[in-house]
Amino acid sequence: MLKRILAQLNIIKQCKQYGLSVWQCPQFLFLLMGIVIVAASLSSYLIGIRYVADPYLVSLMVISIVVILFVISFIITQSFERLAEASRMKSEFINVVSHQLRSPITNIKWIADFLTSEDVEMTSEKKQEYIGHLKENTARMVELVDELLVVARIERGGFPVRKKQGSLSSLIRELIKRSKVFAEASNVSLKFYSQKDLSKANFDPALMRMVIENLLDNAIRYTKGKGKIEIYLKKKGDNLLFSIKDNGVGIPKADQTHIFKKFFRSENVLREQTQGSGLGLYIVKSIINASKGRVWFNSVEGKGTTFYFTLPIK
Amino acid sequence: MKKILFIEDEQSLQKTFEDVLKKEGYEIISALDGEVGLRLIKSEKPDLVLLDLILPKIHGLEVLEKIKKDPETKNIPVIILTNIEGAKDVERALELGATTYLVKTSYALKDIVNKIKKTLER
Repeated sequence: MLKRILAQLNIIKQCKQYGLSVWQCPQFLFLLMGIVIVAASLSSYLIGIRYVADPYLVSLMVISIVVILFVISFIITQSFERLAEASRMKSEFINVVSHQLRSPITNIKWIADFLTSEDVEMTSEKKQEYIGHLKENTARMVELVDELLVVARIERGGFPVRKKQGSLSSLIRELIKRSKVFAEASNVSLKFYSQKDLSKANFDPALMRMVIENLLDNAIRYTKGKGKIEIYLKKKGDNLLFSIKDNGVGIPKADQTHIFKKFFRSENVLREQTQGSGLGLYIVKSIINASKGRVWFNSVEGKGTTFYFTLPIK
Repeated sequence: MKKILFIEDEQSLQKTFEDVLKKEGYEIISALDGEVGLRLIKSEKPDLVLLDLILPKIHGLEVLEKIKKDPETKNIPVIILTNIEGAKDVERALELGATTYLVKTSYALKDIVNKIKKTLER
């Protein structure tokens, strides 16, 4: 009977999402505490009017009991919500990582099976092609593990930002040069506009490389057929302002508040490409925050996205 | 020559299976997403479909459902070849009419090829 009522309220479905029992589920506890508060306020009222003459004193008593119980239930449900969220993220992490790692591992395993089978005759051109696939799949695994290690460092309470004076525009030019092949293969043009005589800034080159690579990679990956990507860098007050604009798939409005969350990938992006850990933008935001900058974006689904970040010059 | 349609978005897997299955004397047609897969199944009428579940455009289970609902294609055997091993997904795929559900990491390449041969011999 209880299960039927809970199913009607969709609580069981929500609890399953967290991978916890009903008794640890914040929605169920919230409902339970609500019932307790109603019962406590009713019983304190009934007891009050029986033993206390003054009606104002009775109402004060009922209100105090309700407020105290409300605060206690809020604290309890908040704690269980954090526990539930941690449990959900752990399951999500295991699902995403196991799928993202299993795919390249299977590819490597089967390619190795094929290459080592007795009756295979192969031209050296074909061999090179397969070696290319092996390298590509190995690189995918290394990339995922690297991202996970960065995320682990971020979650352990930060990572050292080793600032050095350098030219952000030189770094951007170097990364654009490296991405040219990928961009050309995707039929996407890449242009960089940098303010003249831009001063050097203090930043961690390794971390900034990760930020720009992620943003550049996303812009190319999610811009299809005769796309255009424009990168701008200029001074704005005491900061450098970087922006990268594409005319790609854009981000649906419903997904925009989640875009910097760990493992999040928009529905429209998942429909185009199943590979991807959903960690890139989480890493970008963490690094920019740690560098005392700010990151944000504007996007219209179907039209494109512009990502911005600021970086203090000193 | 028997025709196999392989619906899988991993290009390196497509390449490997193309070479392996051609050597076994099968004709292989590739589709890199669910939409193309559905189009090709109607136009090519393969003898077998190898279907991944995590696909761009349309999820593999939805593709399977459409194949089995269409009178022109419902009798084509479908082998699910995926890395997802949740009991619910296996149950759903078999309910929808998949012939076999194979988890990629659990099988060597020659085992997959043997399963394909057995299914085509039926």
